[in-house]
Amino acid sequence: MTYSGYLYDLLLIGTLLWLAVRILAEVKLFKAVVLFIAFGLLMALAWVRLAAPDIALAEAAIGAGITGALLLDAVGHMRGRAAPYPTDEPAGDASAVTEMGDGRG
Amino acid sequence: MASAVPESPRGVRLAAGALCAGFGVLLVRAVLAIPEDHSGLAPVVAERLVDSGVKHPVTAVLLNFRSYDTLLEIAVLVLATIGVLSVAGSHPRVWAPVAEEADPVLSALARLLAPFMVLASGYLLWAGEHAPGGAFQAGAVLGAAGVLLALAGYARPAWVTKFGLRVVISVGFIVFLAIAVGVMFLGGVLLEYPRDYAKALVLIVETWLTVSIGAILVSLFIASASPIEELRARTGSGR
Amino acid sequence: MSQTDVYTLAGAALFVISLYGLITRPHLIHKILALNIMSGGVFLVFVGIARRVMTPDPDPLPHAMVLTGIVVTVSSTAYALALAKRIYSETGAAVLDAPDVFERPEAGGD
Repeated sequence: MTYSGYLYDLLLIGTLLWLAVRILAEVKLFKAVVLFIAFGLLMALAWVRLAAPDIALAEAAIGAGITGALLLDAVGHMRGRAAPYPTDEPAGDASAVTEMGDGRG
Repeated sequence: MASAVPESPRGVRLAAGALCAGFGVLLVRAVLAIPEDHSGLAPVVAERLVDSGVKHPVTAVLLNFRSYDTLLEIAVLVLATIGVLSVAGSHPRVWAPVAEEADPVLSALARLLAPFMVLASGYLLWAGEHAPGGAFQAGAVLGAAGVLLALAGYARPAWVTKFGLRVVISVGFIVFLAIAVGVMFLGGVLLEYPRDYAKALVLIVETWLTVSIGAILVSLFIASASPIEELRARTGSGR
Repeated sequence: MSQTDVYTLAGAALFVISLYGLITRPHLIHKILALNIMSGGVFLVFVGIARRVMTPDPDPLPHAMVLTGIVVTVSSTAYALALAKRIYSETGAAVLDAPDVFERPEAGGD
């Protein structure tokens, strides 16, 4: 194990953990899903580091690609906000994705 | 974090935090307690690799040594597809293209890329015999090609009937099950491939699995991507 | 601590983080995301254990199981998302519980 390889592993793992926290804490679902796609691609790198190229191939195509497409589609349907309840305010359009999940606005 | 986001009550969060922390400690201890001085099952697999019909250990495990897992896996996939089609797929517009007005650049790119993705899928299927690859990776690439085409506005061609699609979705499982049971008539037990035919049988199963997995992934995506306008009108929310 | 152990422990950490998220996040999309990260953690632990051997090559058995797991995860995710969208279209809400369990967004806030 070379020093730079070890550093790379720690960096990769740190990013994975940080992304996981960010995905689950993210208010905007669209952003959370984009972060999740990045997470899937970094997982594919982790599989390569662990000498599992079979899994890396499947993860890159399925984990990041198809799961990401499914999630993006679902978020688009739910208008992309983490506020899960029907509010009395007029529902947002596509721009609702860009605003913070401030239910009082 | 914005206060407007609904959160669980503080008690639930504290209890969940305590539970997760305790569980994490146990998990780390359990993982580190696994002895390192064993050799796992790798030598066993390597020793019997000649019997499997393929040269790549992971493919050998998936399609021969532990093919029971794989048989049940494709069953799960077919069941999940049936579930998605039942929950979301009854809408009359489900099989319409996802994008109403396709971006011309995207649609040209998809037209260009799709044949290469099919080619890559075929390569991965063949490479799985001796290198990383195999039915699942090949099926994933095939499915990704279909999703790309759907996103670029290409509809299901008229010659792909709904019945035909269902046949393609289930053909991998049917062929796998037929071979699994068929070898019992040659004197073996369920899924015990005769050594001389192992390679051919694994390849047949893998080929049909690839086709099925590709069709399943595309169907999961397209059936799930049903339009929302009608749903909004029904619930009265939205505009 | 070897390289492999770092990944194994990271897998355990991912599992725990997403378990917390799964419990505390009410929105169904968040729960589905948490389940996906959770499965990623399980797979990391599996592949990490697969390299906890004396032989130079990793144990192929956990690799095959993880491959199976990835494909099962995507199909269960698709089914969960279809159910979540159906719940949203039927009730207008994307949670499992009745809305009075949690504060409504406009009522909350400090």
